[in-house]
Amino acid sequence: MEELLNIFVKSIFIDNMIFAYFLGMCSYLAVSKTVETSTGLGIAVIFVLGITIPVNYMLENYILKKGALDWLLGDAAANIDLGFLSFIMFIAVIASMVQLVEMIVEKVSPSLYSALGIFLPLIAVNCAILGGALFMQEREYSSIAEASVFGLGSGVGWFLAVVGIAAIREKISYSNVPAPLRGLGITFIATGLMGIAFMSFMGIKL
Amino acid sequence: MSLFSSKDLKLLTNPLNVDNPITVQVLGICSALAVTVKVEPAVVMSLSVLAVLAFANVIISLLRNTIPNRIRIIVQLVVIASLVILVDQVLKAFLYDVSKQLSVFVGLIITNCIIMGRLEAFALGNKPWPSFLDGVGNAAGYGVILILVAFLRELLGSGTVWEYPVFEKLGIYSIGYENNGLMILPPMALIVVGIIIWVQRSRTRELIED
Repeated sequence: MEELLNIFVKSIFIDNMIFAYFLGMCSYLAVSKTVETSTGLGIAVIFVLGITIPVNYMLENYILKKGALDWLLGDAAANIDLGFLSFIMFIAVIASMVQLVEMIVEKVSPSLYSALGIFLPLIAVNCAILGGALFMQEREYSSIAEASVFGLGSGVGWFLAVVGIAAIREKISYSNVPAPLRGLGITFIATGLMGIAFMSFMGIKL
Repeated sequence: MSLFSSKDLKLLTNPLNVDNPITVQVLGICSALAVTVKVEPAVVMSLSVLAVLAFANVIISLLRNTIPNRIRIIVQLVVIASLVILVDQVLKAFLYDVSKQLSVFVGLIITNCIIMGRLEAFALGNKPWPSFLDGVGNAAGYGVILILVAFLRELLGSGTVWEYPVFEKLGIYSIGYENNGLMILPPMALIVVGIIIWVQRSRTRELIED
């Protein structure tokens, strides 16, 4: 339990997707003009990361990893390593899960759908989602619970970052920024400063 | 040079400055910044993106009349993912150390917005040769920013360029200079890009946003 909590806090604050790895920057810069849209996309990212990371974890550990096919083929499979296929499998899972989530949300909760609607297709090509899957693969989490908590934590971290920068950008629009810095430039610098602030969390361990 | 008409030449040179994928089109920042601590991984990353983008552009351009519009995203993703797997395997075979340093970021070329963006915006509506040039041009524009950021961060952060100890050879440490450790930390990549954007937009006023 303690380990899970540790992974959760670590993935939100220390290994933050935006500030430590710059993942999902494209949509981060594109939607952070207002707090409202960034909240919508942030929730959608938490949602999709929380679903795709466990699915990709199972795919990795029961099909792709070296010797992972043991449960199906017995000892004959000990040397089969499908690791090189992981990119294409992960992206296929992500694209189809996003599509599936979109259809389910549309059916079950039309109000949530109209709030998230335009953002869901965007998420299939959000680097944070594929990045999450690849980090999950690289860090070799020992159970599916750890992988899911990592997925949720990364999503929450991304949400915090995007809502934070959107609030800052809303305020900045009233300030007198030097003309060449307006828009993109000042957003980069503000993100950098937020990143430095987040670095103070480094070394926290529960 | 009959091979390059002036229009073709524009495809190559525009992305280097006025239509730069990172500082103007705001594409492909995701994987760009994390690999810029040292010059060497940045160069390798730029070349990988160049290979993937140029060939993905050509393939999609060849297929552009046969791909049904509704499933084009999936087709694009499959083409890109296969090319990235090739690049990844080549890097693992010939440049193992660098591929370890780049870790997940080679895989992230798949979701690099530059590639999807150029496929959607250019390759779907143009012939293979211009698409190839557009791919090379945009990847070069991406590479220029990447290498510039990496150069500044490595020089100021570690005092080296491509592992060559420039500051030590110049004797700058002996007069009391210290490496700026802040430059190695991730947030500084963002601030360096912010400053590059500032410089570029001061020189090219028409890029300024309101």
